[in-house]
Amino acid sequence: MTIFPTKKVIEVKDLHVHFYTYAGVVKAISGVSFEIYEGETFCLVGETGCGKSVTSRALTRLIESPGRIVKGRIIFYRDSGPVDIMTLSEEELREIRGREIAYIFQDPTAALDPLYTVGYQIAETMVAHRTADWREAFRKAINILKSVIMPDPERRVKNYPHELSGGMRQRVVIGVSLSNRPKLLIADEPTTNLDVTIQAQILDLLRKLKKNEQMTLLLITHNMGVVAEMCTRVAVMYAGKIVELGPVIDVFKDPRHPYTRGLLRAVPNPLGKVERLESIPGTVPNLIYPPPGCRFHPRCPYMMEVCKSKEPPMVDLGEGRKVACWLYVK
Amino acid sequence: MSETLIKVVNLKKYFPIRGIFFTKARVKAVDGVTFDIRRGETLGLVGESGCGKTTTGRLILRLLKPTAGHVYFEGKDVFKLKGEELKKFRKSAQIILQDPYTSLNPRMTVFEIINEALEVHKMKISDKEEFIVNWLRKVGLEKHHLYRYPHEFSGGQRQRIAIVRALVINPKFVILDEPTSALDVSVQAQILNMLKDFQREMSLTYLFISHDLGIVKYMSTRIAVMYLGKIVELAPADELFEKPQHPYSQMLLASIPIPDPEYALKKPKVRVYGEPPSPINPPPGCRFHPRCEHVMEICSKEEPPFIEVERDHYVACWLYAKR
Amino acid sequence: MTLVSEEVYEKKILDKVIDRLVDGVAKVIDKFKPGWSVKNRSKIDEWKLMFYAFNRSPPGLIGAALILGFIAIGIFGPYFAPYSYRLFLFIEHEETYLVPPGSTIVSKGETFYFPLGTDKYGRDLLSLILYGARVSLVVSMIVIALGVPLGIVLGLVAGYFGGKIDEIIMRITDTFLAFPALILAIAFAAVLPERLRPMIIYNEQLKTLLSIFFAADPRDAANFAPILSVILAIIIVWWPGYTRIIRGSVLSVRENLYVEAARALGVSTWKILTKHILPNVISPVLVLITLDVGAVILVEAGLSFLGLGAQDPMIDWGKIVFDGAQYFPDRWWLVLFPGLATFLAVLGWNLVGDTLRDVLDPKTRRSIEFKVKKKKLAATSEDGGASQ
Repeated sequence: MTIFPTKKVIEVKDLHVHFYTYAGVVKAISGVSFEIYEGETFCLVGETGCGKSVTSRALTRLIESPGRIVKGRIIFYRDSGPVDIMTLSEEELREIRGREIAYIFQDPTAALDPLYTVGYQIAETMVAHRTADWREAFRKAINILKSVIMPDPERRVKNYPHELSGGMRQRVVIGVSLSNRPKLLIADEPTTNLDVTIQAQILDLLRKLKKNEQMTLLLITHNMGVVAEMCTRVAVMYAGKIVELGPVIDVFKDPRHPYTRGLLRAVPNPLGKVERLESIPGTVPNLIYPPPGCRFHPRCPYMMEVCKSKEPPMVDLGEGRKVACWLYVK
Repeated sequence: MSETLIKVVNLKKYFPIRGIFFTKARVKAVDGVTFDIRRGETLGLVGESGCGKTTTGRLILRLLKPTAGHVYFEGKDVFKLKGEELKKFRKSAQIILQDPYTSLNPRMTVFEIINEALEVHKMKISDKEEFIVNWLRKVGLEKHHLYRYPHEFSGGQRQRIAIVRALVINPKFVILDEPTSALDVSVQAQILNMLKDFQREMSLTYLFISHDLGIVKYMSTRIAVMYLGKIVELAPADELFEKPQHPYSQMLLASIPIPDPEYALKKPKVRVYGEPPSPINPPPGCRFHPRCEHVMEICSKEEPPFIEVERDHYVACWLYAKR
Repeated sequence: MTLVSEEVYEKKILDKVIDRLVDGVAKVIDKFKPGWSVKNRSKIDEWKLMFYAFNRSPPGLIGAALILGFIAIGIFGPYFAPYSYRLFLFIEHEETYLVPPGSTIVSKGETFYFPLGTDKYGRDLLSLILYGARVSLVVSMIVIALGVPLGIVLGLVAGYFGGKIDEIIMRITDTFLAFPALILAIAFAAVLPERLRPMIIYNEQLKTLLSIFFAADPRDAANFAPILSVILAIIIVWWPGYTRIIRGSVLSVRENLYVEAARALGVSTWKILTKHILPNVISPVLVLITLDVGAVILVEAGLSFLGLGAQDPMIDWGKIVFDGAQYFPDRWWLVLFPGLATFLAVLGWNLVGDTLRDVLDPKTRRSIEFKVKKKKLAATSEDGGASQ
């Protein structure tokens, strides 16, 4: 099942994002690098404040003040050739956003304008990117609603967002983001606010769409179950850094980083019999003054002297696996 | 079989939706639930948002007035308690709430928050400060936290304070209303383990309300599944996960993402579709029938009875009921 | 997230004054309740931070200076007034009629100095303004002291209990809110003073009380009847604002889970209202009170200007302007100085109110906290976790 695709869609190199707050500089992301290949589902997983959402927004420079991308390169492989997102003008970025890279955010209610019908909102994105005129866009909107398996699309296209349930709204949001057939779809916690049976349906829909449209999906989530069911490759983030990266089956079967191990053992598997959950002691560090050395060392059961002072390098373990931990440095 | 601590009989709660002059409609949040909670067990109550699980918890603690039905705590009708007896009930039954960010009064120090519980129940303690510090230590907090305000703590630490507030008066029964839904997984495990330890030490009975089936299974002895204000299935935890009988339970279990990528590949496919209808106008008959794969004629006409299909395993579904 | 830090502050002189003051108060309380300051360390720090935040707002400081001046003049002014408000110099010394500011008058062997001039009775304008300050202060304090608690209680009850009680209280509130202060005051002025006057005249205690309150001669006490009717009119139109604002806050605060937790603990309704709800809704009220003191001063002066307030020989700022208006603009001082006094007092309360609004917002306080602390924060995030 694990495919090793070769064509890159996007490549992130040494990304640093800082937030300049009154309390100090929050180093939200420090040195994140990864690439996403065509056709895969790449997952960023981690706890609140680990920087997974910020990373996803940084991909099209959607970082708002007081945040700033202070360093890094983001290379997006367009059909016409690779471009560095960091050097593009706002105008050129708008071309890419929504058309080639589309987003689905956590809260479908906030993503839709309550004053316009869902049909209008789907058509609007197509018109904005000049992929269709209004008349055609409205006609296409019905098809798009059909493709996101919205019941009764002819009627729903004339509905306002408040007339739809949470699950249906998320379907509309997915429809809006798919309207221009993007190369890369970024889904930021797309099911967090939804009930579990609705979540299953939305995930199922994403899987189907990905298959039919040959889309590449970047999925951001905190739910290990969602990662296991959806992803090809996964990157585990902790305190603004990627600590482990690899094919999802391998990472789940044999997690290498102590944090990944802790995280996997802290989630009860409803199928197995767990007598006692293992927990990670302590709490997530403050990113204004992150701990020196490895950021996980104050909570790590395998902490060594070197971890306190020196940042661990990203170690290549082969077979696409990487881990940032001194345990694997020879 | 162990002794029954709480008995809930045909409990109903309808919330009126007020118009200008008269009640326009009623939300049937809880619509006739019957179950019991046995001493020392953890009863899990699962269901999706709006199914009435939280309302059920509030009703048991008498934080809401029921539309109909009874709750018996140690044989006494909770809604008829008065004066000293009510106070005694309040001391025996406690709740730990969902969101630690709003469950602590921002204007009170940790000491004041916990001391309030001691004062209300006039607990005789010689050195309150030492007593509370000892409790704080039990949940991993320190003496210097005593006179701090809630905003100085992280979510996990706040939930620990809320746990102390509920347990310091030595209750018999505690409702855990999604106690970890606002917390991160690594902290969640700490809190869940702590709650399990306290249960053993203090021989507590828990009602664990959650939408996360993985956690419910980890915590519970028995599990009740709620759908649109009704309990559709009640069974021992392991049995529910191995042999779910009600089509809704089956759908719910099939929906949980399993943190095991290899299992995900060979996961049995159960069709999951539809959304819960509005509790203002629930469908007639069995409330699940519009989403049910096995729907029969009778399902839309008559409500299915809640019957015992196996020892201790109850289901409300016409597939298992004899007519 | 809490920071363990070296508590090094970059303090201004005012901050140090505040530190002394707050610590002093804490010490006094410590004498009565041993250990109080240790238990309330966080509270004391929070108070200090609030003052630090206040110290960093120049308009706030100007406002504070103005209202301190206003209060001081209101309390002590009448005792320092060079002449009594009922000294009609003009009867014996005709030269004192409408004298411009800064004049020295020598008449019949006596020398008079009028820094702000005189009115048509030859009364010293400075003294009149000092006496008028007392009236403004007392009226605004009475209105706040009676109107605000009434508004708060009704707002708390309406918001917390909801349902029919809420409905009834809020409809009554709406009725009162719809009443214009002016019309009510005119209506009262027509009826009330004549009823109140005999009440005051035949009630020795009330007479003494009023004369102490307004620093007036007991013989003039009966002339306060119109002012009392004005106070009553203002109170009646004033409380509904508080009921509204409190009810709104209560509606959101009571949804907080700590209220539910308190109910589950068996805490009495009274204690829930006073310990859990009131402290969390009071901040907007404090701001409103400060702004309202200014507004009440203005309304009172306005009603007085229309002739509904103080009667001769009693004066207040509005009355001085009213009397002086007929000589404007030739005898400008009669309008300018009392007008200026009113303006500065109202401005002071408004500036303080606006600053308080920022200071009471915990977010501003946090930002001040970080500005005040030197950036030498020893950087570790505090960790109380690790229970295992």
